[in-house]
Amino acid sequence: MDRALPLRPLTVWLEEHESARRELRLYARIFARSASSMLGLALVAAFLLLAAVGPFIVPYPEDARGTVHLDRKLEAPSARHWFGTDEVGNDVYTQVILGARVSLKVGLIITLVAALIGVPLGVIAGYLGGVVGETIMRVTDLFLSVPGLVLALAIVGALGPGIVNAMIALSLVWWPGYVRLVQGKTLALRSEVFVEAARAVGTGRLRIVFVHILPNCLSPITVKTSMDMGLAILAAASLGFIGLGAQPPTPEWGAMISHGRNYLPTWWWYSAFPGLFIYLTVLGFNLLGDGLRDILDPKSRG
Amino acid sequence: MLFGLLALTFVISHLVPGDPARLAAGPDANAAMVETIRKEYGLDQPLPIQFQRYVRGILTGHFGRSLRTREDVLTDLVRYFPNTLELVGGAMLVAVALGVPLGILSAVYRNTWVDHVTRVVSVSGVAVPAFWLGLMLQLAIALHWGLLPLGGRLGLMTTPPPSITHLLFVDTLLRGQWGSFRDAVAHAVLPVVTLCFPALASIMRVNRAEMIETLKQDYIVNARAQGIPDWRVVCRYALKNAMIPTLTMIGLRYGWMLGSTILVESVFDWPGIGLYAVNSALSSDFQPVMGVTLLIGLNFMVANLLVDLAYGWLDPRVRQAAT
Repeated sequence: MDRALPLRPLTVWLEEHESARRELRLYARIFARSASSMLGLALVAAFLLLAAVGPFIVPYPEDARGTVHLDRKLEAPSARHWFGTDEVGNDVYTQVILGARVSLKVGLIITLVAALIGVPLGVIAGYLGGVVGETIMRVTDLFLSVPGLVLALAIVGALGPGIVNAMIALSLVWWPGYVRLVQGKTLALRSEVFVEAARAVGTGRLRIVFVHILPNCLSPITVKTSMDMGLAILAAASLGFIGLGAQPPTPEWGAMISHGRNYLPTWWWYSAFPGLFIYLTVLGFNLLGDGLRDILDPKSRG
Repeated sequence: MLFGLLALTFVISHLVPGDPARLAAGPDANAAMVETIRKEYGLDQPLPIQFQRYVRGILTGHFGRSLRTREDVLTDLVRYFPNTLELVGGAMLVAVALGVPLGILSAVYRNTWVDHVTRVVSVSGVAVPAFWLGLMLQLAIALHWGLLPLGGRLGLMTTPPPSITHLLFVDTLLRGQWGSFRDAVAHAVLPVVTLCFPALASIMRVNRAEMIETLKQDYIVNARAQGIPDWRVVCRYALKNAMIPTLTMIGLRYGWMLGSTILVESVFDWPGIGLYAVNSALSSDFQPVMGVTLLIGLNFMVANLLVDLAYGWLDPRVRQAAT
């Protein structure tokens, strides 16, 4: 009947969300104006793309499965092997590209597990307080009192080397940061007028937490997860480098550097390229996190 | 807090999969031998009692025995820790001595090339993997140009001085062995640079941000209006306030540096507790790892205490609140 009918809801929707859209546009403009934010976004996008399509674009996919081509071992970078080859003739470029997927997985899992443990604990500690809150904060401070890498080393030492254990260990040392962040934020929000008002009209605790508190914690959590992705990848690579993380032939950057170290200085490309990729990835996530903080959480810049 | 730290290491040491008594007894042990060992180490006792024994042991200096070096862990820690302390101390000194002035410069000459260069350094510093940076420095400076030694604390031909303080730099100076001192410094340059770079970057960054904020304050404008020389306004009036958050960062970074010694000492073969912990962890030698964890945790706590004290020194409000 009315030919404009399918359009109407859209225009209504657009009108209703006008302010939100304007805000988003403003954010996008601020973000795009900052060269470092855009560089971060580009690096992260490139990294995600590599992790997604890596296995389809590498020139020698079989080289990451522990094959041996002794006839072309330790070749310098060339048109055929952009980053050279390793001690059994495997293409370093192939392994580095495939390493992106390993790193992405490691970073995602550690950050996710840490947030899933830390955020609920932080909300409980901040909102309920009392003995429970006190206990949670004590344990959190305890974990924060030992540098993360040392604690992770101790845990991996107990569980035994390997990439899964490295992820477990790093997740176990990573959550306290989220508790601290969310607890502080919740504590501040709890005494805000809108939360008081919600409490006064008899809103349940759970509803207050989910509707009023958590959404307001979202910005700092987003910023932190972006930063942590990079830092978690770096930490996992560090464990890999020590020899307690991923074990060969898993194409993990840290383990590759450690392996290639035995072939320095003559066969420098074996260590140099994986390190460069760690650097660029971590740099990307850091710059992206900085950019996000500038638009989402401008007060907490540091 | 110390008690909590002990509880944490105790829990971790009970994460070990499998039966510790059987592990200690070795693969050829029969059931009776395993039982004897279980009794001897008190592993048949309930956990709270084991914990009590553990705490009492640590407090009386019994950190257990290293399976790898066949030494008491405490003896090993006493031997290796001074090396780490010198490395971290040196790196911290460089990081603060460069980071704070560069942060000031970057804030004062905001958005000029000075600022851009320091910002590039500061974002890179946090992102670059320390172990890789160390390897690349070795590659270029030690191996390619041969300017500095590759690793270790002293050259093979250098005789270490008879120990007085266990701190090599101090000992060589006290004994007047200039040659050895120079050798020790040469060996320390690359590890110190590697370790200090990330800390330098974040100290610079915090200091810059705080200086920018502080320089906008009314009292600074007022001081400038009164004709107080520029450098005096920046270095005395503004810096003192900007130093408080910077100090927090220095305290945090100290702990982080202690953690990173694991990586940097492995790269440069520096005989400190980081390398000791890694080698022990790699050979499933567990007591030393726990010892190092405890020692580093304790160190970090002391550092945080010092930072708290320094607040009082910098900020009269904190001093007032305390008295």
